[in-house]
Amino acid sequence: MFFNIPNFKKKGGEKVSEVKTDESNEFKGHLYEKLQEDYRVKEGLKACMNCGVCTAVCPAAEFYRYNPKNIVNIVQRKNEDELEALLKSDTIWYCGECMSCVTRCPRANAPGLIIMALRKLAMESGYYMESEKGRQQYVLVKDLCNNILTKGYCVYPRHFGYEEHKEFGTVGKWICENLDDIHKRLGSNLDGDGPGGLRKIPQESLDQLKNIFDVTGATKLMNKVLDDAHQQAQKENLSDEDYFKKVYTINNSNKHLNIG
Amino acid sequence: MIVEGKQKIWADYQKDIPDDHYYYVRSCIRQSFFPASEVTFLDITRNKLGKDFYENPYHTTCGGIAYHSDSIPQETAMTIIARQFALMHESGYENYVCSCITSFGCYTETLETWHEFPELEDRIRQYLWDSCKKEFAKPKYLAHSSDIIYKFRHEIAKQAKYKLVNVKTGKPLKVVEHIGCHYSKMFPSKGFGGAEYPHVLVGMVEAWGGEVVDYPERRHCCGFGFRQYLIQANRGYSVSNTHKKFESMEPYEPDLIITNCPGCPYFLDRWQYVIAEQTGKTYSKNGYGIPALTYEEVAGLVLGYNPWDLGLQIHQVAIEPLLEKMGVEYDPKAKYKGINNKDLGTPENPINIKLI
Repeated sequence: MFFNIPNFKKKGGEKVSEVKTDESNEFKGHLYEKLQEDYRVKEGLKACMNCGVCTAVCPAAEFYRYNPKNIVNIVQRKNEDELEALLKSDTIWYCGECMSCVTRCPRANAPGLIIMALRKLAMESGYYMESEKGRQQYVLVKDLCNNILTKGYCVYPRHFGYEEHKEFGTVGKWICENLDDIHKRLGSNLDGDGPGGLRKIPQESLDQLKNIFDVTGATKLMNKVLDDAHQQAQKENLSDEDYFKKVYTINNSNKHLNIG
Repeated sequence: MIVEGKQKIWADYQKDIPDDHYYYVRSCIRQSFFPASEVTFLDITRNKLGKDFYENPYHTTCGGIAYHSDSIPQETAMTIIARQFALMHESGYENYVCSCITSFGCYTETLETWHEFPELEDRIRQYLWDSCKKEFAKPKYLAHSSDIIYKFRHEIAKQAKYKLVNVKTGKPLKVVEHIGCHYSKMFPSKGFGGAEYPHVLVGMVEAWGGEVVDYPERRHCCGFGFRQYLIQANRGYSVSNTHKKFESMEPYEPDLIITNCPGCPYFLDRWQYVIAEQTGKTYSKNGYGIPALTYEEVAGLVLGYNPWDLGLQIHQVAIEPLLEKMGVEYDPKAKYKGINNKDLGTPENPINIKLI
């Protein structure tokens, strides 16, 4: 999404690990057990009665071939083969995490939280690499983690390029061309010291964010996603940069969309 | 609409919020795309209302966009939040107010999950100590910044220079209120009016003279969807959801949209441009589209701030028709100028949606 960010990846020369999607995968046969360790499943799955209200209200279900009720059903059935197929599919990546389903469920389930747990497990197990939408995690992890660790923000305006965001409009193009002047005019403290919007986050705070990433598993997950992508790029004879662009833009819409 | 019935329901979702002394944390999206809104919020609360709102320069993102893009684990997001709480405690505050709706949802989810699973709170406490050598205290009160403006909406009305009223007809402006999904869809009791009848923006609109539009897709998501916008290949999801909302509100001919989430006004503004340029359709008879504003911008307009100090020139949908309706004085020549009248050029005029 942000092509003009500095290149951010693991230090060079490290051997990348194999993507485990076969019988050697340590997660195989233990998917439900792993899911239950996630607090979002503990919170989000009580007892689904299959009423389908979540699907009726879901913005993703109208747009994509997506049915949150069916996903909750698969998790509830604890069928390992079905779970594995689900984690390898595009389906779990269609949700927009708006959480409209949470409000509506008459049994206080949270399909949106269950989706989040499934996505994490798909990434940890490597199964996410088997779907077009799953492979998009490379772009998200690379850019968002980079922004957090180097700028202290999830979004940073110098990394939000017009060319990748044409919907930013003619005014957006003008903003990108006059970024410093416009932020100054509107009272931002862009990259400045002290308090204020878009201030430069002190190095001490960035160091603490890095430590939090290391201690809580974010660094491990990030490195795995970067490794998986690098390995896939090599398989496709692409540079990491070209693979990034491919993942960012490729859209087999006939497969995904709820049309026809 | 049976107003009495709704008022009864709203009464179940009221919350007492403290009068003063808040620890303020910023929003990654609001400060990037609507920077003047945070400036305006702090100016209103500190200088118009005389309240204490403190900002600690060491605070960071809450990680919410990465969390909801499934790019960091839940434990990571919770530990970043725990660090934010530690900074609040070190600064001597107990009331926490955030500018971002995604953040508000993350903070609420974190506190509720810790309440239900105390062992997870203990684990996060240890993570925070191991990573930052910090200890946190949970906020005594958690608010979204729109809650604060809601609380003081009548004081703002007393100081108002303009009303949400068409000065030519004398009729109230028709206002669509759009609530960010994570304000109350996950934890309805944490938002004014719950998830079904959120009152946080309705209260502002009515206090400032406007009339709220009740339309079928009022509660539908703006379409951000995190990965559904951040990845270019997925943006059809985002624009389709915005399109659904505009098709639904169009027959009511709204004069403006007010939002409390930082992302929603960006999508409701920019996707109107895309829809117009792709299909030729605009959602107002005058061909300008419907302005989608932050609640800080609307409060600022009512209070008589210069529209260009509020940042209304960085919206794609032109604001001038709304200014004319409200009778707001403005200098059209100053719209695209920088500090000291610096010439920054002007944006190109789109083909279908009028701008200049």
